[in-house]
Order: sequence, then C-alpha cells, then structure tokens
Amino acid sequence: MSQQLVFIVFQDNDNARYLADAIMADNPHAEMQHQPAMIRIQADKRLVINRETMEEELGRDWDVQEMLIDVISIGGNVDEDDDHFILEWN
Amino acid sequence: MLKRAGPVTHKNNKVMIMSVNALYDYKFEPRDKVENFNGMQLVYVQWAGHLMFCAPLALLVKPDMSFRALIDDVLKPAVAAHPQSVKADFLEAQWELNGESFTPNADASLVDNGIDHKSMLVVTTPGLDGMFNTGY
Amino acid sequence: MAVKNKKLNLKDKYQYLTRDMAWEPTYQKKEDIYPDESFEGIKIVDWSQWEDPFRLTMDAYWKYQAEKEKKLYAIFDAFAQNNGHQNITDARYVNALKLFLTAVSPLEHAAFQGYSKVGRQFSGAGARVACQMQAIDELRHSQTQQHAMSHYNKHFNGLHDAAHMYDRVWFLSVPKSFFDDARTAGPFEFLTAISFSFEYVLTNLLFVPFMSGAAYNNDMATVTFGFSAQSDEARHMTLGLEVIKFILEQHEDNVPIVQRWIDKWFWRGFRLLSLVSMMMDYMLPKKVMSWAEAWEVYYEQNGGALFKDLERYGIRPPKYEDVANEAKHHLSHQLWTTFYQYCQATNFHTWIPTEEEMDWMSEKYPDTFDKYYRPRYEFLAKEHAEGRRYYNNTLPQLCQVCQVPTLFTEKGDATKLSHRQIEHEGERYHFCSEGCCDIFKDEPEKYVQAWLPVHQIYQGNCEGGDLETVVQNYYHINIGEDNFEYVGSPDHKRWQFIKGMAPQQKGDDQAEKTVQKPNAA
Repeated sequence: MSQQLVFIVFQDNDNARYLADAIMADNPHAEMQHQPAMIRIQADKRLVINRETMEEELGRDWDVQEMLIDVISIGGNVDEDDDHFILEWN
Repeated sequence: MLKRAGPVTHKNNKVMIMSVNALYDYKFEPRDKVENFNGMQLVYVQWAGHLMFCAPLALLVKPDMSFRALIDDVLKPAVAAHPQSVKADFLEAQWELNGESFTPNADASLVDNGIDHKSMLVVTTPGLDGMFNTGY
Repeated sequence: MAVKNKKLNLKDKYQYLTRDMAWEPTYQKKEDIYPDESFEGIKIVDWSQWEDPFRLTMDAYWKYQAEKEKKLYAIFDAFAQNNGHQNITDARYVNALKLFLTAVSPLEHAAFQGYSKVGRQFSGAGARVACQMQAIDELRHSQTQQHAMSHYNKHFNGLHDAAHMYDRVWFLSVPKSFFDDARTAGPFEFLTAISFSFEYVLTNLLFVPFMSGAAYNNDMATVTFGFSAQSDEARHMTLGLEVIKFILEQHEDNVPIVQRWIDKWFWRGFRLLSLVSMMMDYMLPKKVMSWAEAWEVYYEQNGGALFKDLERYGIRPPKYEDVANEAKHHLSHQLWTTFYQYCQATNFHTWIPTEEEMDWMSEKYPDTFDKYYRPRYEFLAKEHAEGRRYYNNTLPQLCQVCQVPTLFTEKGDATKLSHRQIEHEGERYHFCSEGCCDIFKDEPEKYVQAWLPVHQIYQGNCEGGDLETVVQNYYHINIGEDNFEYVGSPDHKRWQFIKGMAPQQKGDDQAEKTVQKPNAA
C-alpha cells in the first residue's frame, strides 16, 4: 500500500465549514467527503491547518486550539503550536 | 532472551508458560476448582456440526452419574430443538474426550470413564451433520 | 493605534503551567514516590522527551470543555422536552442503547478510575498531566452518556440498572474483564492497552458504529453526545500514539515488551468489539455500513498506515490480525445468532432480520451471508411462526480469557469452532481461539481467577439454581419486559402505540402467544 492517509473529521456545523474551507485552500492534494453530520478531509502523508488562513476565512482572531470544539476524529502524528496544526505520517 | 523482573518462566507439558510480572507474590487459587461446585462437576459437550447450539454446552453434573444418563437425561433434552436430534443415537456415535478419540462405557460413571472436571466431549453423528450443508 | 498585549506562546505557556510545576525531590527517593514505574521492565531514560501534542493547560481545558457542555445539555433538554425518542426510525434501535449503556458506559467510568490511578504513577510530569485530563474526560463521558440515555429509560425497558448488571450479567463480563485486566496491569501496560490499542487503533470501531448509528436512526441525544465526546477522543488518540512512540524511543529493551502488549490488547479489543459488530449489522434499522466495511476502513487501512509508521521501531502488526481480518465476513452473524438464542437472559431484545435487511446483508457479505446465515434465519423464522421460537436452554462454555461463549470458528472454515484447551497446574482451561489461549499462557495467574458468569451460576453464587431466578433476582432483568423476542414485547407494543398504528393484526397476536418462556435450565 503506497498511500499513507492522514485525516481529520469535523462536525458539519457553521463553524467547522470555515475550517474545512481553510484546510482545502492550504492543502491542494487533500480530498473532502461529506458524511451525515460530518466533514472528512484526508490526504496522503500530510495535512496542515494554518491559523492565518483561518483568520482570513473567519474574519476574526482565532486560536489553533479552538478547533478542538468541532473535531471528531484524527489520524496521523500531531504537531501543534500557535500558528499551525499539522497531521503527518513519517 | 527477554529479561524480566519477577518470577522466572517455567515449562508445563512442553508448552511455554510465562508468569505475571508483579510487585508482590502474585498467586491465586483457580476460581473454578471442583471443590467449589458442591459435589458436582462441570463437563462440556459439543455436538459437532450443529452450530444451532452456538458453543459447547456447559453442564453441571454428578461425577458418579452414568454416561448413559448423561446422554438420555441431559444431552438429549438439551439438543431437542434441533430437527436431527430425534434421529441422533449418541451412544452409537463417534466421541472425543479432551481432544483424543474416546469409546465411552455407557453404564460406567463419568468419573470411571475418565471424564473429569471441566472435560470437553465432542460427539459426531455421521450421516447427521447439521442443516444447510454448513454444520448448523 | 491599539497596542497588542504580549502573550506567552502556546509552547511556553504549556511549559510554565505543567512541566515547570514539577520538581526534583530532595528528601525522598524517586523510586519511593513512584514505586510502580519499573516492575514492568520498561526503561525510561529521559522524561523530558515526552511531547504533549495538544499543549492544553487547565484554563484552556476548562474553557473548551465548558463550552461543549453548555451546548450538549441544551440539546439534551430540547430532546427530552420535544419527546425526541418518538422520532427514531424504530424501537428496535433502542436495543443498541441498552447494549451501550450496560457494556460501554461502565467502561468510561472504569477508564476514569484507571487514568486517575496511573496519573499518579509516572515520574514524568507531562504524562501525569495528560492522564489527569483524560481521567476527567472519561468521567465526563460516563456522566454524559447516562444523561443521554436517561430520557430513553422513561419510555423503554432494559435501561434501568446498568451499573448493577455490568458487575453480574453473563455477557457484560466481556467488557468488565477487559478493563479489569487493563487496570490490574502496570501503568505502562495500561497506557498501551487503553490509550494506544483501544483509544487509538480500535476506537473508530466502537464510536463510528454507535454514533453514526445514532445519526442514521434519528437519535439526536446520542449523536450529540457522540460529537461532544469525540473531540475529547481526538486528544486521547494523540496520547495513545505519543505514548507508544515515547516508550519505543526511550530504550530498545522496551520493544519486545510493547510488542507483547500490542499482540495481547489487539486480540482482547477485537473480541470485545464482536459485540459491536452485531449491533452494527443487526440492531440499526437504518444501516450505516457493514461491520466488514468498518473493519476494512478503520482497522485494515488506518491500522495498516499506523503499523507501517511503527515499523522503524521494530514493531510489527499484531499477531492473529489475519484471523481478525478474515473473521469480518462472519463475526456479526455468529454473534447475533448467539444472542438470538440466549435473549431470555439479556436486558435487550433480539429478532429475525427482515427480508430487506437480509438482502442488504447478501450484498455486503456476498461470500458468506447467503451460504451460511440466511438459511439459519429462514429456519428460525419458520420455527417462530410455528410456535417454537428458539431459545437455547443450556448455558454455554465461555472462554477463560475473553469470556465470550466459545462460538468463534476457524479461519477458513466457518463450520468448525476454533476451540482450544490446555491443562495448567492440574486444572483444565478452555479458550475460544489460539489468540486467547496464548494470552493465558503468557500470564496464567491473571486468568485462573477469572469470574466466569456461567461457572458462578453453577457454583450457586448467583441467587438461584435456575436461570429464571438468576435473571430476575441476580441480574435485575425484568422477565417479560426486558428480555425475550422483540416482536410482541412491551417495547414493541409501546412503539406501535406511539406511532398510532392499528391494534395488532391476527398474526401478531399469534406471534405474541407463541413467544414461550423457556424451561428452567
């Protein structure tokens, strides 16, 4: 199996839709799937959420840790700081 | 060889049995010793190829009951729901006791037949091999 | 022009408020303060290497958890006030909740206790903080699940005494023994078993079936609980992954120990999840996906990627995963036919799947359903219609380790049980599989003392010699209400009343009269 998928799943609510848009903008190789009440985004090996992109989408200040409210599930190694949330496999 | 703190491994019936790593002497009485069953014992019986009974039957029996009584008074009623049970002649069937081929003495007791506590009996009735060609 | 206040960045804030709160003891020895850390043989050389990927400090924790709670309880209130239970697809669905409340919710409470305990046992502050937060999360899950289900308890049977049943009822010793095995292990095994194996590798196979099942069947209360909990689970999953990597990176001697734990807990988790497989395929009127599909995505694919990642530490995928992978075509059907025949002794109902449901299963299980299982259901339906609804009146043999009845079949031969037995110190022991037998052989002292429900009944420790007395008096299962066939049950009748359906037809009356109570064992 050549692909190693990282993924993140959000609740399908008003807030998370902005998250999904930001992620798709910053990760051209990612794929988004809509499931009942959930948004799933997956990509080979790496996904990044950038605070700056989110703040542009939302039109307000945003803490990376806020995403914890809407996240349902993740797959991959996590690297989090003030500016990014990264999921990746080595 | 993996080094472990705690009791050393030992061999039992040529099967490698390890021991629990613990902070103290970790030794417990088996909870299901025959003494705990008030003069009775356990025996398990599986009618091979009849998965309508999802698992081997667990039976609480008198050690001195005859094998015949086990069949007539316990096993037969237990499997009565199966359409093939009426025709099944368990005393003329093929038996295994604890994984070995076994010829029961119908009039001897379980104990005298070597059917000790928590023994497993598997009976096969050639010609009656369950429903739907899938052993149900 | 506004001046922005200087703020600590995430990494520094976390460091100051967690790691830097710890200290090196001066008048007590570390081994005395943390006496449980070394007996498992795990060697930690440098605790400062521990990375908490979610650098959550207490203030952030309370803030985000409080926000989730407010949203959650508002929805519970709305659900109750608007009689949300009337909107589910069908009352058969509620049996999934009965299984969940008795088999899963107590595990949340056990996890709360388990993480509280190990949170005291690690000399590394990062690990202590992570365990402390997880302990509070698990208590939260235990409580919110009970709140989510409480409304159903007002309208349906079987939900009234979950904590009591968990400690006694035969099939609930499966989850109970699983968690008790983990909690009586050392702290590193506990984290490998629960944080890694259960909360990371296998978690989606528990949560997706129940929570998506709730979504598809219009159970707003449980869906909302699920989403609210899953955001906690994301943190738990990262703890699981972090733990395993940390231990493996600390010392090469840890690798074979961790491998043994991965083998053991994969297998124990797989056996525990067999209860979920039948829920997923049989208890959801509107299906999410089949167990086979879920196993393929969440274990074979996701797990595959994970174990590929762990290769470089010298870790291989779990022993017997080939058996588990092949079993996905059979598992749910074997479990459902088991509970079908023993539901005189359960707090939930069972039933024959409809034609439509069987066609769905033919499609999802093209190699196995029509060959092995459809004929069984057609036979059982005929038996029921002719007044002989099948109940197995004899207690089953249970596996000494996983405590499930020894109903599982050999890989490649679904007509043959994969039963194994050995002798140990003069006693005989029976197992459902090579996997469980291996676990016993590795630590026999843990399992010789197992409290097997069937044997306890036979020892006379369950308030009666006959099954009826055990079920009513010991299990607190209300006979004729909680148990037996779904069709004609009080839940079924209540549902028909709720939906304003016509009074029962002649045929239904027939079915009700012929739902027989089994003879005493």
